[in-house]
Amino acid sequence: MIEGLQRLGRATLFWFNRLGRATLFLLRLLGALAALGKRPGLIVKQLYSVGVLSLPIIAMSGLFVGMVLGLQGYANLVDFGATSSLGTVVALSLVRELGPVLAALLYAARAGSALTAEIGLMKVTEQLAAMQMMAVDPFARVFAPRFVAGVIAMPLLAGIFTAIGILGGYFVAVQQLGVDSGAFWSQMQAAVRLVDDVVNGVVVKSAVFGWVANWIAVFEGYDAIPTSEGISLATTRTVVNTALVVLALDFVLTAIFFGA
Amino acid sequence: MGTLKKLELAVGVFVVLGLAAFFMLAMKVSNIADLGEDKGYKITARFENVGGLKVRAPVTLGGVRIGRVVGIDLDARSYEAVVTLSIEPKYDRLPTDSSASILTSGVLGEQYVGLEPGGMDEYLKNGGSLKLTQSALVLEKLIGRMVTNAASGDKPPAKTP
Repeated sequence: MIEGLQRLGRATLFWFNRLGRATLFLLRLLGALAALGKRPGLIVKQLYSVGVLSLPIIAMSGLFVGMVLGLQGYANLVDFGATSSLGTVVALSLVRELGPVLAALLYAARAGSALTAEIGLMKVTEQLAAMQMMAVDPFARVFAPRFVAGVIAMPLLAGIFTAIGILGGYFVAVQQLGVDSGAFWSQMQAAVRLVDDVVNGVVVKSAVFGWVANWIAVFEGYDAIPTSEGISLATTRTVVNTALVVLALDFVLTAIFFGA
Repeated sequence: MGTLKKLELAVGVFVVLGLAAFFMLAMKVSNIADLGEDKGYKITARFENVGGLKVRAPVTLGGVRIGRVVGIDLDARSYEAVVTLSIEPKYDRLPTDSSASILTSGVLGEQYVGLEPGGMDEYLKNGGSLKLTQSALVLEKLIGRMVTNAASGDKPPAKTP
């Protein structure tokens, strides 16, 4: 009984300890941003590895998700003779929820895990320590460029995912199932609002998700136990924690933007 | 330096693609024309009951959308709903005796305000109001009336002297 309570207390303290370290880490990261302005080339290189290299999986997933939405929406709406609203269904689901959320989950799996593994391995091979020995701040040189690049890449990836998804829905609905093209677009335009749906949905949500996904990824790498087992654990934690936090935050953001 | 250039090019393409996606979402998916909303002139119409009419619902004349609903309020004195309509400036020749009714598009569709032009030579201006209105059809009331009609129809008609 006492031992159980003690274990619970230890787990709670451990958790808060990590949260505190993660917050301090974020503050140091933000403090290093000023130094980054002098070397924008570092960000470009990271944008390539987290952004450009994530494009294929984002584009393919977006296409298939949009096509599935088109098929499912059609199958359900055809009973009511309401297939002209298919454009609305596809666009609103993608813009408000699926685009930013799925893009963030794919990002965590594709880029976040790689970030964690890379930084963790740098720690294991004592590259970070070596940098400090040479008076190079790893926050300015390693962590901040990766974090900033990820924060920039995430909204762009979510936008691409959403746009391709809508095109996929269009392809299935109009080309394959014979929904009227004019109705598809005009019903969509009548229902989707620029600020309330596109900006709040895709842009704000994915910016928030990009922030937490990259924060978790970089911190887990930095905080990894410097063994090969520790890196694998940290990489797993990046994907699991990002997924949980993104889904929970998505609920909160949806309640704020679309709840009333 | 060749690889760095290629890398920068790829990042440039990525950024352009992302911005193009947002451009498409803004132009093609959402109705960007709705942003400049206060260009139209405002007129009000009083209804006994607006039913399920919502702000942003379309205002049509002859089936063509000419504006939209920008406000729904209750006049606390007369207990009438005051609906503010924003009409696009190019449709500035609506006669003052035009009438407004709240209609439904399709069986389960959204409600909108349909205008019928009148015959006067004077035209509605900003701040004008529509006098002739027809309220929304409330299904419960309609059924209620049908039921009472059917019930009274069973009885022999009242004798008229």
